[in-house]
Amino acid sequence: MKRFVVASGAMAFAVLLIGALLEPLPSGVDLRVAVAANMTASGVEHPVTAVLLNFRGYDTLLEIAVLLLALIVILASGIDTTSDRSRATSSILQTLARLAAPLMIVVAVYLLWAGAFRPGGAFQAGAVLASAAVLLHLTGLLPSWQAPLLTLRWGLTAGFLIFLAVAAGLLTQGSLLQYPPAQAGMLILLIEVGLTLSLGLILAGLFLFLSRDPGDDS
Amino acid sequence: MSFAFDLLLAAALLWSGWRSLSVDRLDRAIVLFIAFGLLMALAWARLSAPDIGLAEAAIGAGLTGALLLDAYGVLKRGKA
Repeated sequence: MKRFVVASGAMAFAVLLIGALLEPLPSGVDLRVAVAANMTASGVEHPVTAVLLNFRGYDTLLEIAVLLLALIVILASGIDTTSDRSRATSSILQTLARLAAPLMIVVAVYLLWAGAFRPGGAFQAGAVLASAAVLLHLTGLLPSWQAPLLTLRWGLTAGFLIFLAVAAGLLTQGSLLQYPPAQAGMLILLIEVGLTLSLGLILAGLFLFLSRDPGDDS
Repeated sequence: MSFAFDLLLAAALLWSGWRSLSVDRLDRAIVLFIAFGLLMALAWARLSAPDIGLAEAAIGAGLTGALLLDAYGVLKRGKA
């Protein structure tokens, strides 16, 4: 009986979703035209990056703030400080990870740079950086993090702070995060560099702060 | 040709999504979830949204998969 209710509820939801998909968009909201018309003022050539960091920069500012908040909550809820487990890892894995990690860092920098004119950008680059750290950790080359030291704290918050500083600096120009078109490209790159570093550290931190074994205190 | 690929992709997405929820072993569910994430990244690329595809591959399949596998390892050691 319960199963039937859940299944019919899921079916109804699926039908609703499909109906919403098939519904034609209201004609007044074709944003592609508006984005294309303002691309020259955005400072970058890729529309997605232009939307993320220029037209809707406020949303991205809040996104990085939310991620930082998530990590702070994890830290505040207390890290288990039992000793790190020693993982049994093979030397093949370690050699492969040593080879892959520098390549991943290069890919991250490429994604960051490519974000200005093709798919890529700070979030993807940060995720690749974090994956490199997680890979090194899983192969036993990088110990999991204890309580964050001052350098790490600065690194975790740098992206948000740079973004906030740029936003505050531009307040004198009129409205929040309205870049002057001449410097927009530079400012976006500056923000993206900070975002990449911080996102990499935050995402890696979600893994490396948590990944200690509570059952391993013997 | 590309329509057949899309059809296959959609079927594989539905199948891997359903299997990752219904399979009774956790480790298999996690591996299926990672496969689902990679297929999802492909689907985003086919929908000409490569930005989302990149983010899905890196975060959805990569980081989340690693987190889930790590959690599974901790759970298993806790039980043993």
